[in-house]
Amino acid sequence: MTATTLRPRRRLWAYLPMTILAGFFLFPIVFMVIASFKSDHQIFADMDSLRAFLPVGELSFANYAAVFDRVPFWRFLANTVFVTFSVTALGLIVNSMCGYALARMRWKGRAVVFGFIIATLVLPYEVTILPMVYLVANLPWIGFEGVRPVLEIGWLNSYHVQIIPFVVNAFSIFLFAQYFKSLPRGLEEAAAMDGAGWLRIYWRIIVPLSKPVFATVTILTVVTSPATWNAYLWPLMTVQSEELRPVMVGVQYFFQLDPAWGEVMAYVSMITIPMVAVFIVFQRAFIQSIASAGMKD
Amino acid sequence: MQRRDLMKLAAASGGAALAGPALASCSTSAGGSSDGELLLWTHSAGNEEELAVTDHILESFNDGQDEYTVERESFPQDAYNDTVNAASLSGELPDVLTVDGPNVPNWAWAGNLQPLDLPAEVTDKFLPSTLGIFQDQLYSVGHWEAACSIFARESVLEAAGIRIPTIEDPWTREEFDEALERIAADTDYQWAIDFATADIGEWYPYAYSPFLQSFGGDLIDRSTYLTAEGALNGEAALEWGRWFQGLFTGELAGIESPVGGEDFNQGNAAMAYNGNWNALAAMELYDDMLFLPPPDFGNGPKIGGGSWQWAVTSAADPAGAGAFLEAALSDEFVAEFANTTGLIPATEAAAELTENYATGGALRMMVDYSREFALLRPETPAYTVIASVFTQYTGDIIHGGDVQEALDAAVSEIDADIESNSGYGF
Repeated sequence: MTATTLRPRRRLWAYLPMTILAGFFLFPIVFMVIASFKSDHQIFADMDSLRAFLPVGELSFANYAAVFDRVPFWRFLANTVFVTFSVTALGLIVNSMCGYALARMRWKGRAVVFGFIIATLVLPYEVTILPMVYLVANLPWIGFEGVRPVLEIGWLNSYHVQIIPFVVNAFSIFLFAQYFKSLPRGLEEAAAMDGAGWLRIYWRIIVPLSKPVFATVTILTVVTSPATWNAYLWPLMTVQSEELRPVMVGVQYFFQLDPAWGEVMAYVSMITIPMVAVFIVFQRAFIQSIASAGMKD
Repeated sequence: MQRRDLMKLAAASGGAALAGPALASCSTSAGGSSDGELLLWTHSAGNEEELAVTDHILESFNDGQDEYTVERESFPQDAYNDTVNAASLSGELPDVLTVDGPNVPNWAWAGNLQPLDLPAEVTDKFLPSTLGIFQDQLYSVGHWEAACSIFARESVLEAAGIRIPTIEDPWTREEFDEALERIAADTDYQWAIDFATADIGEWYPYAYSPFLQSFGGDLIDRSTYLTAEGALNGEAALEWGRWFQGLFTGELAGIESPVGGEDFNQGNAAMAYNGNWNALAAMELYDDMLFLPPPDFGNGPKIGGGSWQWAVTSAADPAGAGAFLEAALSDEFVAEFANTTGLIPATEAAAELTENYATGGALRMMVDYSREFALLRPETPAYTVIASVFTQYTGDIIHGGDVQEALDAAVSEIDADIESNSGYGF
């Protein structure tokens, strides 16, 4: 058997399981999109056969039109985009600086502080959420009456309650610190000899050399943080005004005494599209980030 | 990651940065207030019909006097209880809110609600099951009631030679069992009856515990509210459990039947045990619909009672909230809810103002079922735990688990919860 005949066969064996697996992963998404064009009655009628995954029967955009009647979709989407961007952008600054201080600066007790930060990863989010609600309900904030600043008590029902508690992220700090440790120390020593301070070294030397870890943290924050695209429980408990709600809370609008399944599928299709678009654009970086998240350089 | 990839990411997020200041100006505050402003929370987000009537009530009240102004905030129903519990924790409760009937004792016991001081002529006309009473005090009143019945088709029952039951002469257990067996034997339906078992919200205690009560058991010993021993695992309860399990093991009912009576709607099941909120949709599908009373398993037919109601929180100015409720509970608004949502009007006068529930109306029997057969779920703060435990162990029974073991385990968990909460004030 020659190499030229072996190669396509090997390729076939490699692609076959991958194709089957891809099919499994695609089925729910295909079902979601197809069902979004069907009436509830037809969704259930097609459920027992492959018709559930095929655009057959009476199809229409009625569910999509109904979504806009039931939910202030654009408002929810704008809220989620704003909160996701804010948490991610502020998180990159704060967590990278923290990681930098822990990885590169020499100060007493940094090992203890680093250990303490890592220890917080052990606590599940669900355990800390109630104390956090109580905490943010009693924190001070400077608001404005016209142009006059006023002291307010409580952060509830605001954008900042959806953003600030999630800016600092122990896992992001860990990733930054681990990456920064791998950079050659000679670079910053040379910069220090030229008169650069810690902040300048961080900004001019460390950040430009650390694009991969910034990309990793960006993607992981957007995808996995409980405060970004998938934010549900926290805004449910801390945000009462409909004008401030994110898209995931909107899913519940379709579950009345009996769920409107076609509309649910239309709504989740619509809120999935932005994430799919981001994934397609940043596919390579996304895969690299997942691979590097578990890797210590 | 390439430089251009980072640029793309930044560009994708740029719109959000521009939108930020505009969005930030929308921050609002919640929480009960004085100075004539009342905040009202409803569980109806996404339910345009209910919201439209609520808004009509608010508009009418706000325009009809100038002492108080009521504003509304709505929340999705499935997430509503979590939101209220969080607001209670953080001291941000509104003035008036909707509460699901079975939750009234728990919220009253937790100090979230205050007793209502409404004139008797306002509340006396309401169906008993629409009044939320805890320890002899009235905490809530509902505009509507919901009722379950057996959805069936006249042509199917007649073809199978099955007697059509009435409110005066419902099926006995033997008749009901025979009807199911006959449908299974003589028709092509996959299932004789659809119990919508996939609905694992509060459906199990709401829909199935009335069967248990008709057998003579209960979710808790209502003479003390301190234990479920004997009520949920005594002889009557065991008899119910074995009978109910037999429907599924005997393949008369599907173990995984979809929410909302879809097996019946699709023609897979000959009958369905379903709520009145699905009645109009069923009437559109079949022109020979019957809404039959539940069977009498020995202690009279029973259905679950108590739907969503209005309550005043402990944070509210009672005068303002009371004035609002008094205006909101008029027969006209009760009828408007029924006409708009299809739910059962809570007063007789309002029923006469509706098309379906007036005397001779297509769904009039639902009012009668509520009045004759409705049994409130146990009026105890422990109900939230009871509901969850009952759902879990009834699921075990449906899936073929040992009935005695399941009910004993349920009793053990319920009693442990009551004990750890020092009897919930009983």
